[in-house]
Amino acid sequence: MELIKPGTTIPFTKYRHIAIAVSTVINLAVLGMLFFRGPDLGVDFAGGTVVQLRFQQKVTIPDIRAALGPLGEGDVVIQDFGQEGSNEFLIRLEKSTVQLGALNEQLRARLTEKFGQQGFEIRRIESVGPKVGGELRQKGTWSVIAATVMMGVYIWLRFDLRFGLGAVIALIHDVLVTAGALMLARYEFDLTIVAALLTVVGYSVNDTVIVCDRVRENMRKNKREGLEKLINMSINETLGRTIITTGTALLVLFALFLLGGGVIRPFAFALLVGFFSGVYSTIFIASPVILLWEKGKKPAK
Amino acid sequence: MQRSVMVRAVVFLVLTVAAIIYLVPSFVHELPPWWSAYLPTDRIHLGLDLQGGTHLVLEVKVDKAIENTIERLKEDLIKLTREKGIPTTEITRQGTQIRVKLPAAGVEKVKDLLKSDFPTLATINPQSGGGAAEFALVLSEKDLRALRDATVDQSLETIRNRIDQFGVSEPIIQRQGDNDILVQLPGIQDPERAKEIIGKTALLEFKLLDETHSVEQALKTGAPPGTEILYGYGAKGSGNDKVPYLVQSQALMTGEYIADARVRPSSRLEGPYVELVLNSSGARLFERITGENVKRHLAIVLDNKVYSAPVINERIGGGHAQISGQFEMKEARDLALVLRAGALPAPVEIAEERTVGPSLGSDSIRQGVISFIVGSSLVILFMIFYYKGAGVLADIALLFHILFLLAILAVFKAVLTLPGIAGIVLIAGMAVDANVLINERIREELRAGKSARAAVEAGYDRALPAIIDTNVTTFLSGLILFQFGTGPIKGFAVTLCVGILTTVVTAVYMTRIYYDWRISARKLTRISI
Repeated sequence: MELIKPGTTIPFTKYRHIAIAVSTVINLAVLGMLFFRGPDLGVDFAGGTVVQLRFQQKVTIPDIRAALGPLGEGDVVIQDFGQEGSNEFLIRLEKSTVQLGALNEQLRARLTEKFGQQGFEIRRIESVGPKVGGELRQKGTWSVIAATVMMGVYIWLRFDLRFGLGAVIALIHDVLVTAGALMLARYEFDLTIVAALLTVVGYSVNDTVIVCDRVRENMRKNKREGLEKLINMSINETLGRTIITTGTALLVLFALFLLGGGVIRPFAFALLVGFFSGVYSTIFIASPVILLWEKGKKPAK
Repeated sequence: MQRSVMVRAVVFLVLTVAAIIYLVPSFVHELPPWWSAYLPTDRIHLGLDLQGGTHLVLEVKVDKAIENTIERLKEDLIKLTREKGIPTTEITRQGTQIRVKLPAAGVEKVKDLLKSDFPTLATINPQSGGGAAEFALVLSEKDLRALRDATVDQSLETIRNRIDQFGVSEPIIQRQGDNDILVQLPGIQDPERAKEIIGKTALLEFKLLDETHSVEQALKTGAPPGTEILYGYGAKGSGNDKVPYLVQSQALMTGEYIADARVRPSSRLEGPYVELVLNSSGARLFERITGENVKRHLAIVLDNKVYSAPVINERIGGGHAQISGQFEMKEARDLALVLRAGALPAPVEIAEERTVGPSLGSDSIRQGVISFIVGSSLVILFMIFYYKGAGVLADIALLFHILFLLAILAVFKAVLTLPGIAGIVLIAGMAVDANVLINERIREELRAGKSARAAVEAGYDRALPAIIDTNVTTFLSGLILFQFGTGPIKGFAVTLCVGILTTVVTAVYMTRIYYDWRISARKLTRISI
């Protein structure tokens, strides 16, 4: 079976102006969201405490809120977690357990009073002090930036500078699109999201590598051909494998997203979006950037 | 050609057998004794998020230890200048500095004294004028670093002692960064109590009550020089633990002389108390202190809280003392434990805590395994559907990749975490990428009219650079992630990096053995692809 028939020639580079315009708007919108609203930060980054609870019976959020009463200072956010009907909830507190002191015991005492000793289970507590949160946030941001630059440098060394530049811009696009999708879906940013973003950076660049590899090969074969035509030819020739390699990764990610449980879901979501965006950006961002670079250089000659 | 195929096939066979042997302990619970005697027994370790347990990051407040050291040096300096009759106006501590004010005439003498008796102190900001001089003393950068290191190391040892006494199997206690200590307690039932025990400074001090001034006056106007106000338990049975005491700042003795601490059960008259057994030098010191201060009150202070302040009736020999503070039995037991294990040289604060209950861990494993089976089945079916025979070959390579990946995790005693399982699932989707690249290339070469054999050879050769490049980029991002990540995330980075290595080996080199075998047998005339 063949997904993309040989000899397919979709004039991808022709659409580059529209694609670049649309992507720029999307990226600016994401940047705007990042700066003005900011992402929802998980406890890893914001500091504070999250408690995962499971109840034996059907319980509503107001029930839990009433049982807990005031818990330390700051906001208490309670939300559903896990599958429908699993009676699992997340309680998010602004302060860390050290600041709250013996939180576990307080929680247990109050919940026992209302739901009985066997009625609930504290399944997980994660608590991060404010200082650690800030450090992790900074380190996370830098590691994503470092990875992006590193990919660019690698491609620069293996191919040449314009390809490296195209790859970096495509990766920035992928990271922004992923971040934007996470914000729209209201997933919190935490360490696993940084792991996902780094993986997106490392994997999305693969398609760019495959296209670049082909462009280089085609350049050797057809020395007289213009770059635009070469790029278009290369994208078309590698389109099948680009879609299939990413497609198999998307298959397992769907499985993870649907079956992997609540902790893994945001991670799988980020990778799904990021990998998908990676295919798009290779065709519509990286390649045009290479072209633009080349065109911008010509008048100078 | 034939020989090279044989050699490679044998190498793979050996690797496969080794991988299976290394994996057996992870999947078989009861290993027969002959196995344990000759073969590896290391299992894949489960991270706390899968096994259940508590992960703590403790920040050692090293500045506090520095302040304590400076405070002691300051006290020594005051004492020595008095003994030598050097006139000084004022010697105080400000944070981690000692500020000295004195008449200009004494400067040289103080300098000599500092040189001979305080070699670790460096003078900064000297000022003089109007017959008076002023300067500050600090510890040198080198000494500070040494002190910080020693403080963190000593804290780690103390915490290790406490955890050993607490009884946790396979705890992990290690230094992290400059001032942090990482503690992992697998399978712990009562994390709250563990935190209490680990986090208590447990600095025990014996301080004389100041009986020349009244507490009430001191509360109003501040404590007189050389004394301080501490709070603690009042009269027995009152339950009040906010009673103020005026005590001398200088401790006569600290908990470093404790040889043993035991809980004594409650009697009808009083609750349980902790009996301290002092070592021989402690016993001598305690005897001297009590002998010199008969009829005075000696406050027993733990972490700046007064537990009791009994009257010394007579000189106490034999090196026994007791702390009674209206305890519950559990509290007394934990207190005895921390006193036995020793005090922390500086307070610690819990900077990060992650506790996972055992039921969540096993749920996570189940969900991870299900998504792995579903995800990789989808990939396997897709490859057969899309590439037929070549797809089957890629699928076999995928299965071997999983085998090798798990075996390497077992060999290196890597810790499998929930993100790590997600990584294994994800890699299953990436593992066939190399085969996709190779197969597409072979198809291209076949279309160009090459023979099956030539197409295979060209397919592998031409796909290889892109395969290497794509895997290097993913591997690099995995390395950055490993560098950045903590606990569970590191588990993901490890499976990602190891998985990339094993996929290249199985997807490229292993599948090639099959084709080369067919070629060498001159049977490769048609490829199912």
